Amino acid sequence: MSQSLLSIDQVSKRFTRKPGLAERLAGRLSGGGEPVVVHALTDVTLEVARGEVLGVVGESGCGKSTLGRVVAGIHAPSDGTVMLDGKPITRDQRGTAEKLTTQVQMIHQDPFASLNPRMKVGETIAEGPRYHKIIPANVVSERVGSLLEQVGLEAAYADRLPHQFSGGQRQRIAIARALAMEPELLVLDEAVASLDVSIQAQVLNLFMDLQRNLGLTALFISHDLSVVRHVCDRVAIMYLGRLVELAPAKDLYERPLHPYTSALFASVPTVGTGKRVFEAIQGEIPSPINPPPGCAFHPRCPQAGPRCRREVPRLAQADDQRTVACHLNDGGVA
Amino acid sequence: MSAALDVSGLTTRFDTRSGSVTAVDNVSFSVEPGRILGLVGESGSGKSVTGFSIMGLVDEPGQVVAGSVTVDGVDLRSLSDDDMRKMRGSRLAMVFQDPMMTLNPVLRIGDQMAMAVRVHRKMPKREALEESRKALDIVGIPSPAERLKAYPHQLSGGMRQRVAIAMALLHRPSVIIADEPTTALDVSIQGQILAEVRRLADDIGTAIVWVTHDLAVVSSLADDICVMYAGRIVERGTAEQVIGNPRHPYTQGLLDSIPARHEPGGHLPQIPGSTPQLSRLPSGCPFRPRCSRATEQCKSEPPSDSRDGQIVLCHHPLEGS
Repeated sequence: MSQSLLSIDQVSKRFTRKPGLAERLAGRLSGGGEPVVVHALTDVTLEVARGEVLGVVGESGCGKSTLGRVVAGIHAPSDGTVMLDGKPITRDQRGTAEKLTTQVQMIHQDPFASLNPRMKVGETIAEGPRYHKIIPANVVSERVGSLLEQVGLEAAYADRLPHQFSGGQRQRIAIARALAMEPELLVLDEAVASLDVSIQAQVLNLFMDLQRNLGLTALFISHDLSVVRHVCDRVAIMYLGRLVELAPAKDLYERPLHPYTSALFASVPTVGTGKRVFEAIQGEIPSPINPPPGCAFHPRCPQAGPRCRREVPRLAQADDQRTVACHLNDGGVA
Repeated sequence: MSAALDVSGLTTRFDTRSGSVTAVDNVSFSVEPGRILGLVGESGSGKSVTGFSIMGLVDEPGQVVAGSVTVDGVDLRSLSDDDMRKMRGSRLAMVFQDPMMTLNPVLRIGDQMAMAVRVHRKMPKREALEESRKALDIVGIPSPAERLKAYPHQLSGGMRQRVAIAMALLHRPSVIIADEPTTALDVSIQGQILAEVRRLADDIGTAIVWVTHDLAVVSSLADDICVMYAGRIVERGTAEQVIGNPRHPYTQGLLDSIPARHEPGGHLPQIPGSTPQLSRLPSGCPFRPRCSRATEQCKSEPPSDSRDGQIVLCHHPLEGS
């Protein structure tokens, strides 16, 4: 795809924990003592087109936040490459990483933790562009004012401290700070998860308006399926570090192909009248330290067969626009 | 059927140096055996303080200043501290958002559960462990006998929450207050727990108060719903009434702001402004500054309950359809 802004190619991320002294001693005695390896991301391949909002959905431990951090250049991938506009984002080439991290900006979940409590919000917003010389020093305060207005706040708020704002307003400030860097790509990691419902709608509206007006490209990481459906063009479903399904939002919600996607949809409560029975997924998410062999979902999958225990399903094209990693769509489970 | 829990005119106030704040303001509701009441509100609405007030667990500088709480016909506010302690855990139990508020990290699950059994009933430890095993079985914990020997850190978040629910169930309480018990859990685990909770209410007849911010959860789980705003219950009715035919503009606004109810990509109706600080409530109706139906009357006098089937605290409720 030539028009894709972000391409993630076979990216894996492993976190290794070195054993502590006691574990090393115990390991020497028993002959073990291997470092513990967490497979946070395994072989993820994705493209995000310019102007597209891609949702990344999954439960805790599925690797969605790690993916966001790899894209933002916070973690270097263990394998594979991440390219932004044809140039690699990697930590190894230090100079390049610094240049690129200004083009990818992240918005975090907790606006109480992500803003410096002792810094006036105007300073917080101006710090990045000033350091990277994105805008001339004499127009910084003007720019801060217009950014604040762009996110629905008043320019005069630049002199206030974060504690003078509510959660929703702080998240607006975090968005203004990200936009100040004139990024190519936004990574939103559960950006509305900690907001109350009435405030969440305000921030989602703001995000959708900005996205359309500025033509922003975004990776929208969330566990909330209804929010993702509302704001995203395409959705990637992740399970235990792997991409299991990727499809346009509309198709995915109408007809999920992967059994995990269907099970996830079935366990989400929806607002409606009348009782409903929760068709819960059996069992728990396995540990990313010891992922099960074959398909990671097979221990919980109602349709698993012998092949699922043996062989890792590959991400295969299901139709023009969607891919799914399941043997059911790729030759059967027998 | 008589109510397992009856709350009437409950008012809880926090007297702080910067003034007095009424976190729970004249709250009334009742829950019959086997029914689940969803207590919904945004942060600062007083929903959790209501739960703590029922349990008699409000700490200084807060205190319950008015109203009554009755469990199985016993007025809790007239009990001595000692009698209240006997009530808590046996007739009335609580499940918290964080199961580690219930579980002792340095004790095995079996030991702490058996201890909880024997606080209220004299029996040999072996029998208490058997009771504990049964309780774990009820909440759907696989191989419960082995789990009794585990420490809390060896269990996943979902399993710990099940253990906390099992502990609440040990004495077959009439009433369980559950404060955001599935908020920190993944949706697939939340689905499992909601299914178990519904089964508990149906099979054992426990009355459950489910405190949450999540309208989707209560609309699928609860029989009745109370919506709280600024310490007050602004709307109360059956789940069908409140979700299907909301009368209070705030309830309507909350439901409207849920993305799933709209065409993807469209502008979401939003409630303007933000939740008020309890120390600086506007005059009259606390929702007035954010309400599109507000009039001069809303500014001058606080609304009182209007009841026709469902209870609505509003001068200008929406038309019932």
